[in-house]
Amino acid sequence: MAAVAFNEATRIYPGSDRPAVDKLELEIGDGEFMVLVGPSGCGKSTSLRMLAGLEEVNSGSITIGDRDVTDLPPKDRDIAMVFQNYALYPHMTVADNMGFALKMANVPKAERQQRVLDAAKLLGLEEFLNRKPKALSGGQRQRVAMGRAIVRQPQVFLMDEPLSNLDAKLRVSTRTQIGALQARLGVTTVYVTHDQVEAMTMGDRVAVMSAGLLQQVDSPLSLYDKPKNLFVAGFIGSPAMNLIEGEATEGGVKIGDYTLPIARDVLAKAGNEKTLTVGIRPENLSIAEQGIPLDVVMVEELGADSYLYGTLSGATDNEITGQQYVARISARQAPGRGNTVRLTADPEHLHVFSTSSGDRISD
Amino acid sequence: MPRFLSARPDPQLITLPWDKPLEDWPTDNLVALPRGISRHVVRFVRVGKEIYAFKEVVEHLARHEYEMLRDLNRLATPSVEPFGVVTERYDPDGEVLDSVLITKHLQFSLPYRSLFNRGVRQDTVNRLVDAMVVLLARLHLVGFLWGDVSLSNTLFRRDAGSFAAYLVDAETGELHEELTDGQREHDLSIARTNLFGEFLDVEAGGLLDESLDPQTLVETIESRYRELWAELTEVEEFDGSEMHRIEGRVRRLNALGFDVAELDITTDFAGSTVRIQPKVVDAGHHTRRLLRLTGLDVEENQARRLLNDLDYFRAQTDQQNADEAIVAHQWLQQRFEPVLAAIPSDLRGKLEPAQIYHEVLDHRWFESERAGHEISMPDATKSYVRTVLRNLPDEQVEVPDSDELGRLENPYDPSQGFADGEQDKPYDPWEDDPAAETEADVQPGFLDIEALRRRSAERQKQA
Repeated sequence: MAAVAFNEATRIYPGSDRPAVDKLELEIGDGEFMVLVGPSGCGKSTSLRMLAGLEEVNSGSITIGDRDVTDLPPKDRDIAMVFQNYALYPHMTVADNMGFALKMANVPKAERQQRVLDAAKLLGLEEFLNRKPKALSGGQRQRVAMGRAIVRQPQVFLMDEPLSNLDAKLRVSTRTQIGALQARLGVTTVYVTHDQVEAMTMGDRVAVMSAGLLQQVDSPLSLYDKPKNLFVAGFIGSPAMNLIEGEATEGGVKIGDYTLPIARDVLAKAGNEKTLTVGIRPENLSIAEQGIPLDVVMVEELGADSYLYGTLSGATDNEITGQQYVARISARQAPGRGNTVRLTADPEHLHVFSTSSGDRISD
Repeated sequence: MPRFLSARPDPQLITLPWDKPLEDWPTDNLVALPRGISRHVVRFVRVGKEIYAFKEVVEHLARHEYEMLRDLNRLATPSVEPFGVVTERYDPDGEVLDSVLITKHLQFSLPYRSLFNRGVRQDTVNRLVDAMVVLLARLHLVGFLWGDVSLSNTLFRRDAGSFAAYLVDAETGELHEELTDGQREHDLSIARTNLFGEFLDVEAGGLLDESLDPQTLVETIESRYRELWAELTEVEEFDGSEMHRIEGRVRRLNALGFDVAELDITTDFAGSTVRIQPKVVDAGHHTRRLLRLTGLDVEENQARRLLNDLDYFRAQTDQQNADEAIVAHQWLQQRFEPVLAAIPSDLRGKLEPAQIYHEVLDHRWFESERAGHEISMPDATKSYVRTVLRNLPDEQVEVPDSDELGRLENPYDPSQGFADGEQDKPYDPWEDDPAAETEADVQPGFLDIEALRRRSAERQKQA
């Protein structure tokens, strides 16, 4: 096991003038489960592949433990790509299916058996070691495949969208299993996904990337509660955070005909900026006498709660009127479609961003 | 109603039972062709005169693979032909079923498992390994990162005395402008692991000749690949007085079956040192030449053999100075076509035409040696049909003899192995975990932030 560090690691594809990964600075702790997340083309897979040795590092470096691996071929990096291939061999026992790569690497038989046994215990497969794969359940077969990576005892596990070929139900249960297993093994793991829900539920920490740049790396809760910029604010959370532009005024931000109160010190930090963007999570909005006017377009009932979807009422700017906002409120309070409601939020749940730079202004 | 994506749709496909998982399809249209192991459900289905391979897989992967196979076909890289993707499948209860990728069955193809079934010899295995290495190098030359190199994902066709390998599964593939060394190394290390596993599996099934050692086999693959790649791409530097080495490099590449479309030649100021590096090489040197001369489209080594025979014909008929294209036309009419016309129609599905011609040439040589004088082509053909061809299995669509294989658990799914009466699937407490159960009820797209907060608080308490 070892820590991993990207030190200003950059990858520029031949013929491209913009880096696919731009000076990535990221330290992953020993035993940590780090998730790289972002939309397609953000550089997350490229970063993982730089670590794996599949993509060249054009400048900067990458270390695993205290070894600089920047120029090492993939096989000398002591990493394992999990789930790359999990075809199980029908004529071989579960034990052989798990341990055959060790045989190729000339690991002595006794050690091979021990490592397979250890992995099998961890995976709940101990009593099935002499069976053939067909006499296993679907989940057990998948764990045999995980076992293959585990017996190699690599320093780092790499997983590139490992759940993308599973259906929705299996995806959720496998997600739980991978998380539990990683926690027990304590092997440093770098996991890539485009799915922010997967990232948030699995990672010890999550690195959000966009356009080749690392936007923020933090614990899932910190990303949710204190997004560093507009990109992270909009990307993390489902349904997404409402991001509402308004005019900075004395005491708050004017949205429609309503001035949303903002703490004085936050406004002071905004300086001369005329327009600010206020971020409010759907669950932090509530119906009030005074508040942001919203024309309700759709109501979605979800148990005790309802999601209100609507557009800003009375706004004249086309760009603003087109945008849809979401509020989660108690189902008892839910108005019907076509009504106009007023919504407000506690000051401590407001996220204030500079519209021009996108950076967070509030604490 | 399912949705079909295809360049040339086949109306007969529309009436198939798309509302059933592939696993439960009625067996009347299924063909039990041998094939490699797969993590997905794969079935061969006969529709009219065609046989298609159907693979059930999530939609984005089905589409991705369809696109990849189309690209590979466009780049003239040996791979199966994609036919279409069927999406938006629902069962009668309205539950979503995975998409199906449809590819055409490659005629006269042999999966490795059926090649090993015949008490495989070292020589055959070497040829399979060579074919695999050439395929991998060809894919790498066009910038294709396979990601799942394995015998299971490859089909072989006879190619004169050798084999030609075809890519069958492009699910994990990616097309790049050019591959980095790391990407090629990655494919190679996957190849090593997968092939080692597959050889061990064949061994465990009792089908691998005892003289063959899986470890040596995978080492051979690696070293052969490196040799071939070096010949295809490496810079060669020599003294200006050795200019013949340029011609030598081109000839060596031709002999390996590659054409050099672009050769980079640089010299120093005085012209005393020359550096050469092939920049663009295309596989199929002999295939293209034969195609140009005769219109026959065959595998590389078959083409080489046929071209040799064409040269022999030319010498024999004393036409060394005649136009090559005209002689080729005569050869086709007077040599090639009569041999194939003499094959009884019920035996034509045994082997590909070019392979039959190659074998007749071989047969004639053996018979002539034995007789001590040259046997005529018509006589050699007759003897070949009687003593060899009639006894061969039909390879156009090869269905294995079940006794030879051992009884499979499911003849349509070899990945389940032999039927051996092993226990039913065991109880798995992991899948019965109440925690996992509630998680499984959760919609995958929903972020349960309260659950995250609870978990984080618990962890802090523990710490």
